[in-house]
Amino acid sequence: MAKRKRYKRTPIVRPKKYCRFKKSGIKYIDYKNPDFLMPFINEQGKLLPRRITGTSLKYQRKVAQAVKRCRHIALLPYVADQMK
Amino acid sequence: MARTNYESVVVLTPVLSEKMLQDAVSSFEKLITENGGELIHKENWGLTKMAYPIQNKTTGFYQIFEFTADPEAEIVDKLELAYRRDEQVLRYLCIKLDKHAVKYNERRRNGEFNKPKKADAPAAKPEPAAKAAPAPVVEAKVETTTNDEEE
Repeated sequence: MAKRKRYKRTPIVRPKKYCRFKKSGIKYIDYKNPDFLMPFINEQGKLLPRRITGTSLKYQRKVAQAVKRCRHIALLPYVADQMK
Repeated sequence: MARTNYESVVVLTPVLSEKMLQDAVSSFEKLITENGGELIHKENWGLTKMAYPIQNKTTGFYQIFEFTADPEAEIVDKLELAYRRDEQVLRYLCIKLDKHAVKYNERRRNGEFNKPKKADAPAAKPEPAAKAAPAPVVEAKVETTTNDEEE
């Protein structure tokens, strides 16, 4: 029955993440503007997960769609080594 | 009558002469208007660098059409068929615009966003003279709810 006593971890205080689209009221994500999509992809050109960018699910789907369209019209690379 | 807003982006080969480019663009325009579509806006980015080579070409002429059409006219099918038949077309993309997109494009046209895209397109390359796109007037009225809010 004797449970080992655990030491309480000190919580790391991070600023709360928020969805930048909800916050600033952006309803449409333009796929023709690769600079705008840059914060949502890593340096290999891959989509960043929501847990890193803080985007809500609704807008993450739109971001993904926009990035894919942007890649198709060759404004963003499908594969890259160092793009940032 | 229910009309839908569409947007179409075409990437044409960079080897075209000025005349051939105009011809190709106007033939697509004609296809849209003759099938009952109404051209709202067209935009030419000129010679733009692509993120990866297509058919060994690293640059392309970007042309954007925005138009409304009756979905029953199957205008997008016809347009895509024309794109596919045309060997000068490297890439194309036709999409349906939702109401937010329509609103956004309208604001973009009115120059409410100081878009960096249009500004550095001619700066990167010597102008191919086909810069039909209206000069990006960077005005003082910059809204706080633009797309470029993140710093």
